[in-house]
Amino acid sequence: MSENLKIVCDNCKQKPAEVFYSQIAEGKLLKVNLCKECSKEKGVEDPTGFALAELLQGMGENVEVSPVTGAGKAAGVGGGSSGGGEREETTSLKCPVCGFAQSDFKKTGRLGCSECYTTFAENLAPLLKQMHKGTSHSGKVPARQRRQQEMTGRMNLLRQDLVKAVRAENYEDAASLRDQIRLLEGQFDN
Amino acid sequence: MKFSGIINGGASGWSQNDGPQHDIVISSRVRLARNIQKFPFPGWAKKADRVATLEKTKPAVEALPEMDDAFSENLQDLNVLEKQVLVERHLISREHAAKGVGSAVVMNRQQTLSIMLNEEDHLRMQAIRSGFRLRDAFALLDKADSALEKALDFAYDPRLGYLTACPTNVGTGMRASAMLHLPALVLKEEINKVIQAVNKIGLAVRGLYGEGTEAMGNLFQISNQTTLGQKEEDIIGNLSKVVEKIISHERNAREVLLEQKPATLFDQIGRAYGILTNAHSMTGKEALNLLSLIRLGVDLGFFPTECLQAVDELCTEVQQAHLQKAGAQKLGAEERDLLRADVVREKLKRCPSPDLAKVKARRAANENGSGESAADDAGK
Repeated sequence: MSENLKIVCDNCKQKPAEVFYSQIAEGKLLKVNLCKECSKEKGVEDPTGFALAELLQGMGENVEVSPVTGAGKAAGVGGGSSGGGEREETTSLKCPVCGFAQSDFKKTGRLGCSECYTTFAENLAPLLKQMHKGTSHSGKVPARQRRQQEMTGRMNLLRQDLVKAVRAENYEDAASLRDQIRLLEGQFDN
Repeated sequence: MKFSGIINGGASGWSQNDGPQHDIVISSRVRLARNIQKFPFPGWAKKADRVATLEKTKPAVEALPEMDDAFSENLQDLNVLEKQVLVERHLISREHAAKGVGSAVVMNRQQTLSIMLNEEDHLRMQAIRSGFRLRDAFALLDKADSALEKALDFAYDPRLGYLTACPTNVGTGMRASAMLHLPALVLKEEINKVIQAVNKIGLAVRGLYGEGTEAMGNLFQISNQTTLGQKEEDIIGNLSKVVEKIISHERNAREVLLEQKPATLFDQIGRAYGILTNAHSMTGKEALNLLSLIRLGVDLGFFPTECLQAVDELCTEVQQAHLQKAGAQKLGAEERDLLRADVVREKLKRCPSPDLAKVKARRAANENGSGESAADDAGK
């Protein structure tokens, strides 16, 4: 079929490229064209999808906040962990809910549970920024969360009104507002 | 519903060639990734955890109105061949087919909604429709998702959206894709330009079975790469716009080929027909590549339109597991190639030899009639 693949692999610079990857990161376009062998070797086919960032700018160093400097270079599956004595990983974070450690993420490219997003928030932020078009969700909100967000919004308004009412020494309104806030707090607990 | 219902049901719901622009857009798919709060993701969970998650998710999924009389199985209860059939129909992923205890699949009768349990995420829900119907597929999926969130506590963060095992899916957890048949762009050697342009705007182009697979049969999957920062509707809207552009490029390329290189085109399609109707041994790749040319031939008027269905059915039937099923016994690669050729020859009996005169007549009629508007379209 398409025999005129004139693009040459960016890695080995010899074989024709067959895998074309591109990604927008921080407003810049990252592109890499690889031949089959190199794409396998580089793990571009790996569904983690951010192998590109790793490939082009050494994601290991970018993300790794812990002091394991040498390990950043040994990206790739099963790399790193020379095993010599006490590894500094022990000082690295562990998810209190599922026991997942930062080093596990390096191995698999997956997280352990939903709480990991909180545990590793700091380390994930730059990675997410690289991978996605935006940094915050603007799509669907589950109904339960939407109700909660609405209640939070209403609560904030009521509290502002209460402060105003107290300032204005309008105690009748303030009492009514206080009652409404208590009522809402009760709903929150449910 | 039993497995036999799926395999023997003839053309599966989504593959009936009735969708809009089906001559170019084979199928439209949307998937959503969802997880249960605080339960370890399947890849990190111990077997007991996975089973525990499944006990929550499976009943909830089976209770969906859409899943009335659904096909619902634990992965360990399906044999290798059955799993492979589901992969070939794009109803489960290759990764999911490798799973056993603690994973399951639930799909509706029409095979338009398929939910993988404990794949990479606790739920991977997919809607698939024939033709160019991304919005329909999303609507079906969104409805199922809204029903499920009443029963299941989905992991969601106000800032990051839906939380997924892989950070590349966080946010909407959505991947929308269209499977495109682009033989003319391949023949005209313009496909790489198109792929590069698509990549440039942040969309991914993949082969028949998704990530890391080869483009066979001139089939290409186009999908969004990123999931955070855009609304679902916008992701689908952007993808649709790109797909529309590619469709018009492909149509244009078909016209140009017919105009500039009719002899080459007649030759290629005629040869494909000759081999398919006379060969006695054929690999899956060869079959798909040649069937692609017949499909193009149908669109250009070489074959009657009824042939399209035969070709589309064959595209599924010539695949390994479907052949094995039809053969009812385990076959070696050589035996499969023989059987495949038999199946193809038999089915293409419905499809007469390519008719050049008809194509020429149709083109002559077109030139007298709407020649100018076609030129306008091309100029856009």
